[in-house]
This record gives sequence, structure tokens and C-alpha cells, in this order.
Amino acid sequence: MIRDITIGQYYPAESRIHRLDPRVKIVCTLLFLVSLFIQNSLLGYVIATLFLGTVIRLSKVPLKYIVKGLKPIVILLLFTVVMNLFLTQSGETLVHFWIFTITEGGLRTSVFMAIRLMYLVAGSSIMTFTTSPNGLTDGMEKLLHPLNRLNVPVHEVAMMMSIALRFIPILLEETDKIMKAQQARGADFESGNIIQRAKAMVPILVPLFVSAFRRANDLAMAMESRCYHGGDGRTKMKPLRYKSRDRAAYILTLIYIVVIFVVGRFVPFKLWIF
Amino acid sequence: MPTEMIHAEKLIYEYDKRDEEGNIIGAERAIDGVNIDVPQGSFVAILGHNGSGKSTLAKHMNAILVPTGGTMWVDGRDTKDPDELWNVRQTAGMVFQNPDNQIIGTVVEEDVGFGPENLGVPTDEIWQRVEESLKAVGMLDRRKDSPNKLSGGQKQRVAIAGVLAMEPKCIVLDEPTAMLDPNGRKEVIRAVEELRRKKNVTVILITHYMEEVIDADKVFVMDGGHIVMHGTPREIFSRVDELKSYRMDVPQVTMLAEALRKQGLDIPRGILRRDELVEALCRLR
Repeated sequence: MIRDITIGQYYPAESRIHRLDPRVKIVCTLLFLVSLFIQNSLLGYVIATLFLGTVIRLSKVPLKYIVKGLKPIVILLLFTVVMNLFLTQSGETLVHFWIFTITEGGLRTSVFMAIRLMYLVAGSSIMTFTTSPNGLTDGMEKLLHPLNRLNVPVHEVAMMMSIALRFIPILLEETDKIMKAQQARGADFESGNIIQRAKAMVPILVPLFVSAFRRANDLAMAMESRCYHGGDGRTKMKPLRYKSRDRAAYILTLIYIVVIFVVGRFVPFKLWIF
Repeated sequence: MPTEMIHAEKLIYEYDKRDEEGNIIGAERAIDGVNIDVPQGSFVAILGHNGSGKSTLAKHMNAILVPTGGTMWVDGRDTKDPDELWNVRQTAGMVFQNPDNQIIGTVVEEDVGFGPENLGVPTDEIWQRVEESLKAVGMLDRRKDSPNKLSGGQKQRVAIAGVLAMEPKCIVLDEPTAMLDPNGRKEVIRAVEELRRKKNVTVILITHYMEEVIDADKVFVMDGGHIVMHGTPREIFSRVDELKSYRMDVPQVTMLAEALRKQGLDIPRGILRRDELVEALCRLR
């Protein structure tokens, strides 16, 4: 059933990470991403690995899902590794043949760069795996609330996002219906080159847009009739409130950040395996 | 100031008629001099063929449209007054035709909570209202579900609950069953009847299915922007030929009774239900 598809990559489960306030998850993810860049030692990566590993474990999201999430960056990853491997020239030369030279520094940078990229994606996907799209929208709205003073329509943007989320499955179903209707009248979407196929999409897109506008019109009317008048004076059915577990998560992440900062800056020896 | 729930006087609504290039070529009257009275707590039905102006009239009761001429009062408030806009919309809740296009939340209970949120109701009370409203339409067990998983009839019941959570004095249902299958239609009408019995809200049902208006206190028939007939369902349905001239489909039982009566059988006018006809026929001998 096309209506059952999940938007984004939310993995529904009951875990400590799932129960956290979305704001905590957004802020802590950002902190984790920053932490990857403020250090560059083996010890630092060990700490980051421990942190990420614990979070993944607590989230009850199967590791295989997170690995699958790394697939889109494989090419980027390979490219970075190869580039760093051959172009960074520092330290002792390890291998030398024809015009290629692999140095200790090059190997080190490329390995660390690969780990960094992988952790970057894994870290942010753990957030999207454990927070429903609505939770993310709510969290963003609350976090960006101060921007209201700069006349950024934060509430409106968040409302648009959550409405878009609600209508994605409906519009998908409608696309399916229109395609079938056009196919029944002999439309051909599968053959021809890419340009011909793109042209064949026009008779789908036009009615889809018309119906989307009609729906938008209806929905606006329904919202107005239920007294919607923007974010002012509005209360929340499910307000975001920090609980003790959220504070604990903040504190743990802060401790992690401090430790990794100290390790990156002040631990004099650089542990190096090779 | 009128004391009725809904009171319209010489209501006129015009919209611009445009040619193919979008130039205004004149004005079209969707509603033309309508007078209507709906007392507090009653069940009123408005019947009419497509384009008769019944939906336009409904939108006036919720101040989505403001009359071009005449006045519409909702619970003593003039809908033209911009200061009263939100009060009017809270007093007269509205349920629309398309079940998909009026559900805003991604979870059933969040959608029901949308109205109270807009009114600024405190969080605890929102939860209480949501629970009560969902219970009233019999959808409490689906509260955590996505609206996309519900049937058309269930979606309309959620929409009714969404209006109910705003604690309106009056509910306007604008063809709530037009896009539903017969089962969904029954489901929705049953939910509306239940509400009327338990909550004593004024109900205004706009429809073109005559079967749905049998229990109404009063029926208005619209055609071409005018109210052409009004009275109790029995009075209205006894004028079969007139109804047909307004392109309305009279219920089968009523048609049969009328045909039999014309053939000379002694059957009273305005038969609405099958068992009434059976009784009338049995009494003949």
C-alpha cells in the first residue's frame, strides 16, 4: 500500500533515545558533528567511537540500518580517501612507485577523513532514525523561535513542513491514480530515451498540480474555519518540555565535548598505530 | 439583535463573472435575497441541486464568506464585523465535503487538537476535549493512528470531532457525505444524530441526499440562489412534483407512494419511510 510508506527514515521503537526531546537530539547531533572536527588524534576518535556506539546501542536501531545509510556517500568517501592518500605529502615515505608516493601523513589523513565522514552521516542519521518528522519540525520550531525577532516566519515554515509531510502520501497516491488513468488511455511512460520519458511525464504533472492547488485551497479554508490565525496566542497540545532525562543527555554530551576538546588540544602525545 | 442561532436577512452574495482573459464581465448572484432562521438546538437541513447556492450559504454561517448585501447573524453576532470573526468561527464549526482536505494533523488526536490549540486553550484542557470529542464520534480507539489509514467515513468522523473539540454551539455540515460510499454515509449520519441527542448542539446539514433529512426539524430547499421551499420534511416530501422541478431526487418510497396515490389509492401524502408505506397499504383493506 502506497499510503503506508514512511516519510524520512524514522525507525519506530521504544528506546531512551527515542524518548528524548527532539531539541536535545538536534543540539546534541550538532555538537557531535562539531566534536569530530576539533580533534585529530587516535584517542579522540576512540572516544567518538565509544560515544556514537553507545548512542546507537541505546537507540535500538539495528546497525545494519545505519550502515545502509552510508551507501549514498561511498563514492564521495572513496574519492576523499584516494585524494588524501596520494596528494598529502608529509612524514616518512611508506610506498613509492612510478609517480605515486604514499606517505605516513597521507595515510593518516585519509583514514581519519574517512572515519570523520562516516561518523558525520551516522551521527545525523541516528537523529532522523529516532525522531519522527513531526518531532523534528516541532523541535526546529522551538529552537529557531528567537529568529522570530528578525522577522523570520518560524512558525509558518514549521506549519508548512508538517502539512507537506501529511500530504506526501496523498499526493503519491494521486500520482499513481493519474498514471493509471493515462496508461489506460494508451500513455507510455516506460519506453524511449530520457527526454521522451520526461516529456511523457507532463500529462501526469499538469493534473497533479491542478489537484494540489485545489487541495491547498480547501485546506486553507478548513484551517481558517477552525480559527487558525498564525502562531500568536496559540497553545500546544503536545508542548515540548525538558525532563530530567533531557538534562542528563545535555550534560553527558557536554562532558563528551569537553573530554574530546581536552584530548585534542592538550594531550601531548599523538598515539599512532603504524 | 436576533436571538436565533442563525439568522439571515435578505442575504445576497455576488461574485465577479469573468471571460476567458480574466476580465470582469458582470456579477453572478450565488445567493439572492435569502431569509433563514435556525433556532437554538434544532436540526435543520438545506437541500439543493449542484449550483443552487447551498454551499455558498453554508460558508456564510462560518464567516468564510461575507455577504455582499443583507446581514447574517450567528448567535447574535454580525459576521461582517471583523472583531467578531473568531467568535463566529468558534460558535459555528464547519465540516467540509472532502475528508482528505480538511485533516491537518498527521495523527488523529493531533488533528482534533488543532482547533483548541488555535483558540489558546490550556494544554490539559486540550487533552480532555480531544478525548471527549473522539469518544463522542466513536473514534477513541484510533487516536494514535495516521489519518491516511482511515476510511472516508472515519475521516469525516474525525473532522466532526475536530469541530466538536472547539465546543461550538452549532455545527454546519457542508455535504459531509457527498464523497463517501453508502456505509460511510450511514456512519457519519449516525454520528451526527448521536451528537444531537447527547450534546444538544444545533445542526445544519447541507446535502443533496434526501434520505438524510428525514429526521430534520425543518427543511429548506434551494434553487438558483433562492429558498424555494421550506417546512417539515413531511410537508416538503408531500410536494413531489415541485421537488422534481428543482431537480431533486425524491426517496424511492415517497415516489412509490405518490405514484400509487395518483392511481387512486387512498394513501396519505408525504410518506418518508418504508414501514409507513407498509402500514398505509395494510390499512387500505
